[in-house]
Amino acid sequence: MDIELMISSFPKLLNATLITLKLLSVSLILGLFIGLGFAILRMNNNKLINKFAYGYSYIFRGTPLLVQIFIIYFGLGQIEYLRTTFLWVVLKEPYWCAIIAFSLNTGAYTSEILRSAFQTIKPGYLEAGRSLGIPSKIIFTKIQIPIAIKQSLPAYGNEIILMLKGTSLASTVTLMDLTGVAKYIISTTFKPVEVFIVAGGIYLFMTFIIHNVIKYLEKKYGFQT
Amino acid sequence: MELLYFGDKGWGDELFFATLMTIAVSITAMIIGFIFAALFTPLKLSNNKFLNSIGNAYTTVIRGVPELLVIYLFFFGGSGAIMFVASIFGYNDYIEINAFLTGSFSIGIISGAYSTEVFRGALQSIDKGQFEAAKVLGFNKYIYFFKIILPQMLRLAIPNLSNVWQITLKDTSLISVTGLVEIMRQSYIAAGSTRDPLFFYSFAAVLYLMLTFLSMQLLNRLETKYSKGY
Repeated sequence: MDIELMISSFPKLLNATLITLKLLSVSLILGLFIGLGFAILRMNNNKLINKFAYGYSYIFRGTPLLVQIFIIYFGLGQIEYLRTTFLWVVLKEPYWCAIIAFSLNTGAYTSEILRSAFQTIKPGYLEAGRSLGIPSKIIFTKIQIPIAIKQSLPAYGNEIILMLKGTSLASTVTLMDLTGVAKYIISTTFKPVEVFIVAGGIYLFMTFIIHNVIKYLEKKYGFQT
Repeated sequence: MELLYFGDKGWGDELFFATLMTIAVSITAMIIGFIFAALFTPLKLSNNKFLNSIGNAYTTVIRGVPELLVIYLFFFGGSGAIMFVASIFGYNDYIEINAFLTGSFSIGIISGAYSTEVFRGALQSIDKGQFEAAKVLGFNKYIYFFKIILPQMLRLAIPNLSNVWQITLKDTSLISVTGLVEIMRQSYIAAGSTRDPLFFYSFAAVLYLMLTFLSMQLLNRLETKYSKGY
């Protein structure tokens, strides 16, 4: 056990954790919007729109995240037309490619979580809203969304943790996130166990915090139905 | 399309064998995972605090740490650990372990953590009366476990195990970083030599979709088979 290496690599790894957290938070926020959008499309009565939203979530949940990142980072650059548009400013940066892939991926999972949350809302709530003469837009934003958020908290907490682990794939497109730096230290020192303990410890600490925050929110907003 | 021709001209046969490799790694990893689950599920259900904490540590650490980090640990540390054990027995030459074994083992450990949770949940939701009745009727241990508890546990576990299978199948794409030639690695090689990454990575996505789709069909059949009579 090389304690010195563990101590000396800790600040480097902690620094890289910032990138991991940045990737995580940005893609979660974008993913939430994407997920909400597709969840709404999934509940649409039009079959075509419905199928489209289902196809989106099926494709992104049925393929590995690594393939998605590679298609976006290596694949899209190949299209000549894209290189001439403003999109190229975004797509040539590995950071943004990773964020696009992560957001689309977590968006697919989030849409499934939100859809099932919307579908389990008791029809009585909506009927009560309608019979009170509340416009359907307000029923959606003030009744359906808050209930759906509460019901999807446990599943969404899992999704955040899965996404935290997913951000480690950013290291495959040259980003130096926590896993990227850990791999770099391992391959220069050949001391995998020590680095794994420190980097794994940081990840576990983050999982622990996320887990407890979600638990706290569940308690705070939890309600009996 | 000629990029997919079989033989020397295209990448069809290479990708076909890579797909077989992905399936082989996933199945091996799943089986290794079951072995780990068989070891750790009793620990997680044990009343002994020490054994219980070992079981919990396994599932918490593996499910809280990125798969890629676990793979790096075994990829860089695997041969070192084996050489250390071998040196105790007086063997000091360099030992290189096969990429297939390292890959299946690291994915297997990950899949084992998920399987452990599934089996624990399934065992806990079997009616207590079943255990008691089996004991009272004086069945021996073999019948008690294999004929009474296991079939009921499988019925509850199979839907969740098919999720574990999906996760495992997708995780195998990560062992491409160790150089094992499965779908992802083969697409990387093909994309590099033809300079057509968009096509090959999209094709890889299609292959994965096919695998997940086909395996879901099979698993759904298994599910209906085991839930007969309910």
